[in-house]
Amino acid sequence: MNAVMKEKPAPISADDLPDVATQPIEELDPTLQIRFQADTQDAVFARLRKEAPVHYLKDSQYGPLWNVTRYKDIVDIEIDHPTFSSDVKYGGILIKDLPENMRRTSFINADPPLHDEQRKVVSPVVAPGNLLRMEERIRNEVRQILDGLPVGETFDWVDRVAIELTGRVLAELMDTPREERRLLTYWSDIVNVDLHVGGEIDTEEKRYAKLKECAAYFGKLFDQRKGQAPGPDLISMLAHSPATANMPAQEFLGMIVLLMVGGNDTTRNSITGGLLALNDFPEQYAKLRANPQLVGNMVPEIIRWVTPVPHMRRTVTRDTEFRGHKMREGDKVVIWYISGNRDETAIPDPYAFRIDRQNPRAHLSFGMGIHRCLGNRLAELQLKVLWEEILKRPWVIDVVGPAKRKYANNLRGFSSLPVQIRTA
Amino acid sequence: MPTIKFVEHNGTEHTVEVPEGTSAMQAAVNAGVPGIDGDCGGICACATCHVYVDEAWTAKTGGRGEQEESMLTFSPILEPSSRLCCQIQASRDLDGLVLRLPVGQH
Repeated sequence: MNAVMKEKPAPISADDLPDVATQPIEELDPTLQIRFQADTQDAVFARLRKEAPVHYLKDSQYGPLWNVTRYKDIVDIEIDHPTFSSDVKYGGILIKDLPENMRRTSFINADPPLHDEQRKVVSPVVAPGNLLRMEERIRNEVRQILDGLPVGETFDWVDRVAIELTGRVLAELMDTPREERRLLTYWSDIVNVDLHVGGEIDTEEKRYAKLKECAAYFGKLFDQRKGQAPGPDLISMLAHSPATANMPAQEFLGMIVLLMVGGNDTTRNSITGGLLALNDFPEQYAKLRANPQLVGNMVPEIIRWVTPVPHMRRTVTRDTEFRGHKMREGDKVVIWYISGNRDETAIPDPYAFRIDRQNPRAHLSFGMGIHRCLGNRLAELQLKVLWEEILKRPWVIDVVGPAKRKYANNLRGFSSLPVQIRTA
Repeated sequence: MPTIKFVEHNGTEHTVEVPEGTSAMQAAVNAGVPGIDGDCGGICACATCHVYVDEAWTAKTGGRGEQEESMLTFSPILEPSSRLCCQIQASRDLDGLVLRLPVGQH
């Protein structure tokens, strides 16, 4: 089970894709990156939910795997963490099996007790009390960023707002030099970039070499903080807590990567996807401008709508039966949050973006069970403050060109979104 | 009908009538008590209905169940009296139960 599957290249062009409606269901492959890039994945999941909600795909680019696509089934798998493991020794949470020497341990890639011990160390930084203290600082950053935006000119929302805000907040949480905040975005992108995308990183070895630079950068900060009095930032917390002060190198890298990606990519893409949704549903944007108090309700709806993390992988630890399907120890199970978030049996009218939706917090974007997103309240806070501040200005932000989405199935990412601010 | 008193972190009190067998989380959400989210709908999978059981009542409500413990053990705001109130059902024995809310759900 630890043997590394030789990865087959995924089809790179939309012309190579089989027809979703007529392809035999057992061959239907929801992992194809090109569909996420074109934002056409929903049809695949709609068919799977209907015809094969627990679906065995014999032959994918990542080897054989189970796809679980209904809301309730996903929750049940998340709750049963003893049977459906996240532990890196089985391959962790990535759909793709990394070579053993490049795997990273961290609490997202661990079961209890390691999960609990490590998570406990970093969770105070994003706990409710600390977030109350951070809100004003985030608001100041948002105001500065908005003050710097041009009115009546086209600019890239991803670069100027989404990356900028999440980068500043993350630099603050980790207490890294503010002027080096784009390094965090750079490494975070390297963690998640698909090797088939055609860029600089086209092998796992190259990715790993870059991540070692990242580990060295943070290793230096970690050693400095160890020699100083304990501070409130994440690196200092790690350096001073007995559970994390002496992590082996793989665990240190895993922890840094987790905090960097978790605190960065996900919120970044929700900030972009949210603005895009408001433009795709202009009546919702109008409702929001007329009723700014709907921001609190809109934020979880944005997070459902975008589903920045489309799936997680689990591995079966013991032979089991799930919804009548026999799963074997070592089987790879992919739980598709992006599908659960469009499951009409759990979410009424799921393809509508509705900022005043009833019960908007009932979505799967943060996961459920012990691995539920640690930074969920920080993500919500950034979105809330951003929209509160935008709505204080006499602005309408128009999307003026196509969004560029990333070629990836592990994150629903945007590389650019051209927008213009008009005063209204 | 049994009542449950929810005390917000700022001291504001909400006394809610709860049909027997209904969870305290559901009752709070139905009554719009601020500070109880219940994102997972009451299946002990999100930890956003975290409360502290008032001292006088801890013996009657009992302690955390296994799944509840697994969801709360790593919480930064865990106290000995912490419970997920989706796992507390209203009953005649618990009439007058007092539940205190944390500064925020996480």
